[in-house]
This record gives sequence, structure tokens and C-alpha cells, in this order.
Amino acid sequence: MKKIHILGLVVIAIAVGIIISTAGDASTYVTFGEAETMAAKGNNSSIHVVGQLTKNEEGEITNMIYRPEVDPNHFEFSLVDNAGVEKKVVYPAPKPQDFDKSEQVVVIGKMEDGYFFAEKILLKCPSKYENDKLEIKEYSSKPAA
Amino acid sequence: MYHLAVGKFGHLFVIIAFVSALVATYGYVKSELSASLGGERSYWKKTARTFFFIHAGAVLGVVFCLYWIILNHYFEYNYAWSNSSRSMPTGYVISSFWQNSEGSFLLWIFWNMLLGLTLIVTTKSWEGPVMAVFAMVQAFLMSMILGVIIPGIDLKIGSTPFLLLREAMPDLAVWKMQPDFVPADGNGLNPLLQNYWMVIHPPTLFLGFAATLIPFSFAIAGLWLKRTNDWIRPALPWTLFAALVLGLGILMGGYWAYETLNFGGYWNWDPVENTSFVPWVLLIAAIHTMIISGKNATALKSSYILAITAFLLVLYSTFMTKSGILGDASVHSFTDLGLSGQLLIYMFTFIIVAIGLLVYRWKSLPSDEEEVSTYSREFWIFIGATVLCLSSFQILATTSIPVYNKIGEVFGMAWNLALPTDQIAHYNKFQLWFYIVVALLTGVGQYFWWKRVGKGKFEALYLPLVITFIISSIWIYLGQLKELSYILLLTAAIFAVVTNGSILVGIIRGNYRLSGGAITHIGVALMLIGILFSSGYSKVISLNNSGLMISRSESFTANDNKENRENVMLWFNKPERMGNYQLTWKDIRIEARGIREYIPVSWVEMIEKDFRAVALRDITVDEKTYYSKGDTLKIYPDNFYYEIEYRDPAGKLFTLFPRIQVNPAMGGANGVVFSPGIRREPDRDMYTYIQMSMDPTAEPQWSATELHTVAMRDTFFLNDYVAVLDNVVRTDDVDGVPLKDGDAAVKAIIRIMDRGQEYVMNPAFIIRDNTIGRKAETNKALGLRIQFNEIDPKTGLFTFGVNATQRDYIVMKAIEKPLINILWIGTFVLMIGFVVSAVRRYRDFVKKRDREERDEIRVKIGNRSPISEPLG
Repeated sequence: MKKIHILGLVVIAIAVGIIISTAGDASTYVTFGEAETMAAKGNNSSIHVVGQLTKNEEGEITNMIYRPEVDPNHFEFSLVDNAGVEKKVVYPAPKPQDFDKSEQVVVIGKMEDGYFFAEKILLKCPSKYENDKLEIKEYSSKPAA
Repeated sequence: MYHLAVGKFGHLFVIIAFVSALVATYGYVKSELSASLGGERSYWKKTARTFFFIHAGAVLGVVFCLYWIILNHYFEYNYAWSNSSRSMPTGYVISSFWQNSEGSFLLWIFWNMLLGLTLIVTTKSWEGPVMAVFAMVQAFLMSMILGVIIPGIDLKIGSTPFLLLREAMPDLAVWKMQPDFVPADGNGLNPLLQNYWMVIHPPTLFLGFAATLIPFSFAIAGLWLKRTNDWIRPALPWTLFAALVLGLGILMGGYWAYETLNFGGYWNWDPVENTSFVPWVLLIAAIHTMIISGKNATALKSSYILAITAFLLVLYSTFMTKSGILGDASVHSFTDLGLSGQLLIYMFTFIIVAIGLLVYRWKSLPSDEEEVSTYSREFWIFIGATVLCLSSFQILATTSIPVYNKIGEVFGMAWNLALPTDQIAHYNKFQLWFYIVVALLTGVGQYFWWKRVGKGKFEALYLPLVITFIISSIWIYLGQLKELSYILLLTAAIFAVVTNGSILVGIIRGNYRLSGGAITHIGVALMLIGILFSSGYSKVISLNNSGLMISRSESFTANDNKENRENVMLWFNKPERMGNYQLTWKDIRIEARGIREYIPVSWVEMIEKDFRAVALRDITVDEKTYYSKGDTLKIYPDNFYYEIEYRDPAGKLFTLFPRIQVNPAMGGANGVVFSPGIRREPDRDMYTYIQMSMDPTAEPQWSATELHTVAMRDTFFLNDYVAVLDNVVRTDDVDGVPLKDGDAAVKAIIRIMDRGQEYVMNPAFIIRDNTIGRKAETNKALGLRIQFNEIDPKTGLFTFGVNATQRDYIVMKAIEKPLINILWIGTFVLMIGFVVSAVRRYRDFVKKRDREERDEIRVKIGNRSPISEPLG
């Protein structure tokens, strides 16, 4: 066997390893129900849940708690997923500034005992440029590199 | 007034540029196909060239027309209205040009056109096939901004930048009442992009994208003409140029993100960043295989594959960012112009043509007679290129997740795949190891390249290894590094600096022109060290130790309780401890045009929906009075700078200005961006940004008036604070109210105790011509407004009206980033290295080209007078 063939095999092996590992790291979009099932089975991986905020007749967001004077790193709100299930979401970071204006929210994290612990929040807000277009903003409790 | 002519001309130029690019493509293809017929060939070449010149002129015309519209504020055009406004300074007006997709395509077309002209002049014998590819790409790009609807089948081709507002938004009610309505002002450029980096970053990046077409075209030309080896020499300097410019563009984007966004970093592994980074890495790999392709056929084949793939990935990147496929995967917002289909055709045309040609010619490419030796430089450089390819494959595999979903949808499957939740950790996990290997290979490869080591002689490597281990152990010991992968990366990077440094010293003594490789490698190693420390060892210093933390949800504390307490809250004007520092939020400031320092927002009254403000007092900065009270001054109305004063343990003071950007002129929705305030020190940056604040433009919401009637020296409670009426005294000076003769004024002296701090407020009570005037005083730090309501001479009691509001606060984060300057220094070194290499390879190419020309002439004139050749 020539060296180039050995090298080729090594490259293929690494590439396959990358694909398998990527598939393992990839997250999925689920509902709260599925998230609970996953958590119950001990599956601790992070997931994406898409949902709407709970709002009253005036269009104000309800069940939202942020009291920076008590704890600036604790923010709570309710989210109704696409299956209509409502859950409390806890985000261990300051409330995203645009939160009040957002319509659809994607929370990324995992189900804990009775609530969803979000590491990241993606907000979809009406864009300021085009009224019919949505803009997406990402917030994370941890900073980037 | 409608200025229809300029738009019509612009559109006409677009069509001319499109058609002329098509004709030029045909002409160049024809000139090569009819190569055997001498006369025909030069006729077609001349025709094609003429049409490319026409194309170039038309492109300039398009650019001119669009600029004319933007610079003259013709807001009847959608492009001007969407992307510019009267308030913008010229620099930003220039950058509003490439704000939308149409403009960025145009920017790309513009660069391609300039590069094409350069190639016509310089490439000589390669002109035909290379320019055929160029003209074809130009035709595809022009079609993106064509804006033509094919009648009958209602097929829209391209999206024109010369659309009128009434054509772009035909549903607005205003057109019925006033068909020739022109908005008075435009929407303006996204304030986030109003930054000098955004003036130079996109053009640089697009020049980089455009330049990747050159190695691609030469590779295609090489296959087409069966000049399988020859194409490398002219292509190599351009590949280096492309890598230089694209790298510079990417790094500028990273630096802009570091300075402007609150991601907290310079690199976020965002799909948009990734899809520009991957072609760059492949260009680097291509450079390496091209350098050794003369000696090694495998490397030559790889050069074909890499040069082609790099460009195809630029197309893939364009498709990803402009088709809207990324959807919720990216923080960048993309608008789908309905060009997805067109972009797919563009991409697949080139994939099929390029790969088809490569497969067709594969058999005719040379093969290696014998195995490459493990002790040859070719082997090690090839391994390096392979590692770079694997690294980019990993990035691409993950970034393409949204694409897999779309493909699944086509086959009727809902995969619901999402990107990894912690993308940064996901990519770093792989890339760290790839770059440890890359760093090691730069050193080993260079030693093999310069023949310092070879089969059976590795002594030359001993000394650098010893030096590396000494430096690395001292560093690990002093820095108390514990993470194994970080230790390995640091050691590998130090090894790269030492070995390449030693090579560099050796070369400079000889011919400095050859030093490009060693310099770029040192730059990369320095960047790796800078990245390792600034992100691997970044430290949050804004730990919340106010003691106010209440564990309201027991399970919450169980998780990474400590890690999540990473933001501090600051009340206005109230000192707070953060790590070793004492912080005080002193004020909110704004940026006035023409004044170097930020001025307090309270000095001016901002005019709503305007970029001007009225001075409420003389504006004096550094003893120079810029404006007098009542003057109107120009400001940047979106930006608010929060003045945070830091006192370090030694008592030294410094101030940082993290920024909040709001945009009231745009209806407010979604208009808040936080930018950091950075304290730069030689060995570290302190990076601070606001996470949460009250709206700086909103008027305070006052509570209902509460009346307090007290006697002198009484203690009373104001909104949780203890207050004492110390005295009521006569005064001749009431702020904001000029007193006249005969006026009588008193002011109360009310002392208010907050935790550890005392404030004095002086509401005034004025009697003028038997009427009573009251001058309330507001204290922002306390969130109180006190008005002196009544004096009762009989009882000696005073009545005060008190309103309270939410005290102003901000929630802030501060991160320390060690050795980040090494990263920036590394980028400079890298760029210098690219320049040196590109210059060297270009000189090689010119020498060879001119020699060939002389040979040709010699052949023609029958070799009568041999010309002595300067070899080099």
C-alpha cells in the first residue's frame, strides 16, 4: 500500500469522525412535551423550543419576572410551544432589551424540574426596516470568544 | 420632484453591462475554440475585449447612477430611502451603497470588473480562457441586479437597485392621494453599521471574494488548454493576493464585532463568518499545494481541486447568506429577494462546468512516478494542506445544518435539525486540535523546505525544541496553565514562532524577498497565542457580590450558580464594588459632531426625530466653547455613552464609555444595540458592556404627588429614604430663574440619606408681585423630585410635594481579555508576510512571462540574435 493510500484512509477516518460527532452535537427543534420526555429518560443534551410569549388583551407580556435590584442575573417568563403547552422559562442572565417587542421566541437549553432552563434566547422582532420582515437576535448567558 | 432619468440610465447601464458580459463570454470562448485559425482567433479576442471594455464602462455607469441617487438624497428611489438619510455623514453615505443585497452584488461586480481589466493587461497568453470565465461570472452577477420581468411567464430576473419607492411598496395609501410623493428623509443606514470599519470592511471582503475567481479561472484555463502545469505560475501571486485581501476583510469584520457588538468577542462562529472563513482556509491550502506542484503531481491535482473548490464555496456562501436559507440559524438578518432560484442556477452551473471539466481531463493530468518520500518537503507541506482541508470540512459540515433541513424538506422529511446549542464550544473542540497540528507543521515544514532537516539528519531541530520547551515551561508555570489542550496549543505555537523565527533570521541574511512564508507562519502562531489567552483565559470580573442574591428558585441555584452571577447592577451615581475596582455610573453622554469628547446629555435638548439638538448651556470642552446656550448643534442622536468611572486599587481613576444605541426615528421597535467600552492595556483588555438599561430617551414616569408637611429639623421618610429638613434660607440665586429686584426667594435645605451616601436637595420658593413661583428640584440618583409647596408662617410648618420614579440603573458585564494585543500584532505580521510572498511570486511570473515573450519573438525572427537572459 502506498503512503498516499494510508493518508487517504486516515483522512476519510477523520472526516467520518467529524460527521458522526457533528450529528451528535446537532440539536433539534422539539416541544416542551418531548423535552420533558427526553429529560425523564436522562437525555441531558440541549434542545431548541420555539414558542410564543403569553400576552394579555392589551398585548402586554404576562408572567414575566425581572427584578435587577434583587438579582440582575435572573429572568423568568412563560412560553407557549407550538403544541400549546405553557411552561416557565428561566434565563440566568439579564432580560434581553428587546424582549418586550418580540413575538416569537426560540429558547435553547434543557428541561429542568417543571421549568425550562435557557442558556440562549433567540428573539424574532418586527424589523425596523421592512414591516413585513422579521429580524432575529440572539442572546446568550455566556459571552463569545 | 421625481428624478426619473438617472434611474432609467442606471437600468439601461445594467442591461448593457449584462449583454456585453454575455457577448464577451461568447467572444472569448470562440477565440479559444478557433485557436487553430490564426486570424479568426485574434478577431474574436479583439471583439471580446472590446465588449469587456463596454461592460466595464457600463458597470461604472451603474455605480455612478446609484451613487448619484444616494448622494443627492433622491428618496423617491427605494434604495436611497431604505439605506440613507440626510443626517448621515459622507463616510456613511458611501457605505450605504452596499447596505442591501443589490449594492453588495454591485460591489462584487465592480471589483471583478477591475480585476478583469488588470488580467487583460497582464496575463497575455492566458487572456482567452481566463477572461471567458470572468465574463461569464460577470453575466451571472449582472443578472442578479437585472430587474427584468419576462412577459408572458411572469418570470422575474434579478432585483434592480433602481426601483422607485412606489414600485417597491405599491400598497401604501399615499400613492392614491399623491402619486408623486417623495419622502422628506430616508430611513438611514442601520446605526450599527455606522462605524468606520463598516466603511472599509465590506469592500475589502468583496475584493477578497472577487479575487478567489482568479485562481479558479486559471485552473479552468489550465484544464481547458491542457497547459496542466503552466497555470500555477500566473495563478499563484493572485492566490496570495486573494488570501491577503480576504483574510484582511475577515479580520476587519472580527475587529468590528469586537468593538461594536456585545457578543463579547471577535469571532462567534456565525454561519456568515464561517462561510467566508472556509474559502480562505482553502485558499491557504491551495497556496501550499501550488508551491510544491512542480515537483509533485498529487499536489498539482490537489491545487486544481482546491482552487476550484475555494471559488465554489464563495458561491455557496453567497447562496447561504442571500437566499434566506439560514433563517433562524444566524443573528444576521437576511432578506430573501426571491433570488434563491437564480443563485442556485449560478452555483450549479459553475459546479457542473468546473467539476465536469476536471473529471473529463483527470486522466490526462500527470501522475507521480514514484512514492513521495516521508523526508521530503513536499510530503510535509502536503500534510499541512490536508489538515487545513479537514479543518474547513468540519466547519462546513456543521454550518450546513440548515441546508440539510432544506434538502430533507425537498424529499418530504422534517428533520428539525438545529445547530449545536453551544456552537463556540462545538467548533473550538475540533479546531483547537487542528491548529495544534498546523502550528507544529509550519515549523517542521519550513525546516524541510529550507533543507535544514532531511532523512537521517534532524539535529537542526534539537535547539528549537529545547528553546520551545524552556519558554513553554516557564510560561505554563508562571501562568498556572492547567488545561492540557491549551498547554499543547501554546507549546505548538511557541515552537512555530521559534522555528520560523530562526528560518527568518537565516533568510533575511540572504534574500529577504523569500521571507514571506516564515513571516506568515509567525503571524499565525502569534494569532493562535492571542486567541488562546484572550478567549481561553478570559475572566469575568463583574461577579455579582452585592450580597443581594436571593435564591428564589432552589433548583436554579443547583446549576451553574456561580457562573451565572456574572453581571453587576449599578444605580445612577452610586459607587459599587466590582472585583478590585470601584465603579460609579456618573452620567449619560452623547456625541456631538466636531467635538472630540462626549458631552453630557443634560447639556442639550434633543429634537425629536432629528439629528440636531439645542444647547441648554454653553458647551465648553477643554476650555474651548463650541456652542453657546440656545445654539443648535449636530449630534449622533442614536448613541448614548454611559460614563462609568473606575477606581483601581491604587486609587487611579479612569473612565469607560459603553454605548447604548437606540433609534427613535425608526419607530423604536427592536432598536437597541449595546456596544462595549474597552480599557486597553498592553497585556490585556478590559471589555465592558451594558446588558440592560432603562430607555435613555424616555421621560421619567413620576408617581402621584405625596405631600409632606414638616417643621424645621424634622425627620421624615421620602420613598424609603430618611430625609431631614435642615434649614430654609433666603437665596439670591435660583437655578434657571433669573431673579429681579423686589423678588423674594427662599430655598429649603433637605438632607437625604441613602445607604452610605448623603444628598442635599434645594427646592426653591419664589415670591414675585404677590404670586408664588415654585422651582422643583430633581435628583436622578435618588429618583426623587421635590417641590416647595407652602410656607405656613403661623405654625412654622413647610409643605413639600414629592414625586418618585424608578431610580435609573444599568446591568453591566465586564470581562478581562489577556494578551489580545498579540492577536492583533499577529494579524499584522500575517498580512506583511502575504504581501512579501505575493510580490515575490508576481516577480517570478513576470520574469517567466517576459522570457516566454522574448522566446516567441526570437522564434519569429529566426533566432538571429541570441539575447542573453538574466536568470533569476
